[in-house]
Amino acid sequence: MLDSLLGGSGILGTSPEMLALFVGFGLVVGVLFGFFGMGGSFLVTPALLMLDYPAPVAVGSGMAFVFGTAVIATLKHHDLGQVDYKLGVIMITGTTIGIEVGRASVYYLESLGLAGGIISVAYVVLLGGVGAMVTRDALGGDGGDRIDHEAADKDLSEYEIPDIAKTIQRTVRIPPMVTLRGDIRVSAWVITAVAFATGLLSGFLGVGGGFIRMPAMIYAIGVPVPVAVGTDLFEIVFSGGLGSYLYGQGGGVDLGIVAPLLLGSALGARVGSAATAVVDADGIKIYFGGMLLVGAVAVGVGEVGSYVGSPALELLGLVLVVGAAVVVALAILYTALSSLRVTHRQQTSAAD
Amino acid sequence: MAGLEIPTWDPETAVLIGAILLESIVLYVGYGSLERLFGPYLMELLVGGETNAR
Repeated sequence: MLDSLLGGSGILGTSPEMLALFVGFGLVVGVLFGFFGMGGSFLVTPALLMLDYPAPVAVGSGMAFVFGTAVIATLKHHDLGQVDYKLGVIMITGTTIGIEVGRASVYYLESLGLAGGIISVAYVVLLGGVGAMVTRDALGGDGGDRIDHEAADKDLSEYEIPDIAKTIQRTVRIPPMVTLRGDIRVSAWVITAVAFATGLLSGFLGVGGGFIRMPAMIYAIGVPVPVAVGTDLFEIVFSGGLGSYLYGQGGGVDLGIVAPLLLGSALGARVGSAATAVVDADGIKIYFGGMLLVGAVAVGVGEVGSYVGSPALELLGLVLVVGAAVVVALAILYTALSSLRVTHRQQTSAAD
Repeated sequence: MAGLEIPTWDPETAVLIGAILLESIVLYVGYGSLERLFGPYLMELLVGGETNAR
């Protein structure tokens, strides 16, 4: 038991060592979330699983962390006018049902003693799949259609609707049809289906689901990228809040985990967000993809360690997942500082 | 716990989720204020001038 190595009495039932670990890990996750706009949070649940927290606590606390992070990020995106409240409200129903189905599945699998293993396998597939996709994009030199840091500076009408979204808008015309920002007209059922599928993933894995929901909003609904980002976060506030409440009722939300994680991540997100102004995201994306792939391997190693009862393998898995995130966060900070210093030197030379 | 549930009112859980919501808002406002107060000083310390960060 890894947590017995670090355990003991402390604040909110968590030992000072674990509190420090969570604040530090939150800081790292925050830098990643602030910089890439997605992805940091889905390292939390696997890390908690590797620390031997029960699956409902790992997923429930991960979801409560996502809820808190989404509140903070939505406040910022609201100020930038990047939230489509109508789309968000329509999505809430589908997401809520999806989350509840996902949550019920976790408790059902837990009652069979299979939850930790199946969730870990799902994470290996998910992290590996998304990691491979991001790495392929980065190696191909294609920024893809992921978050564009200059998105805030472009007008919504400048965004082209992907062909697949146009096809869906033309073919699926089941009433009621709704008009969204950017004059997009789409069936409410398409929105609900996207919301349900991503809600299911959120409820099952304790993730915000943004890395699936945002591409789904862009490709299936045709929402402009910045609106997809802002609306996704707005929607996570409600779905994550409800999911956390449901998990909390079952004792699945541990404030001793969530509070220190948020303390670190809120600060890290500011640093990561500020770094986007001076660092080329495409240059770092390959590290991000690599981090997800290492994360997938780490979860696999940790699960094998748990299966064969090897604390050393469990520790290796934890070190890998935390280490990969730390390396990418440090790469972002180092690149940002180097870039700022170069700019400073150039400006000083020009002034001279 | 297995099976779908309609959420029922649970004051203890509501306080727990409320505490997370409150912490998030306090952190957003608090870190924002700290950034305004100490951001320029920190940038000065790191790269030698706040203007270079913009």
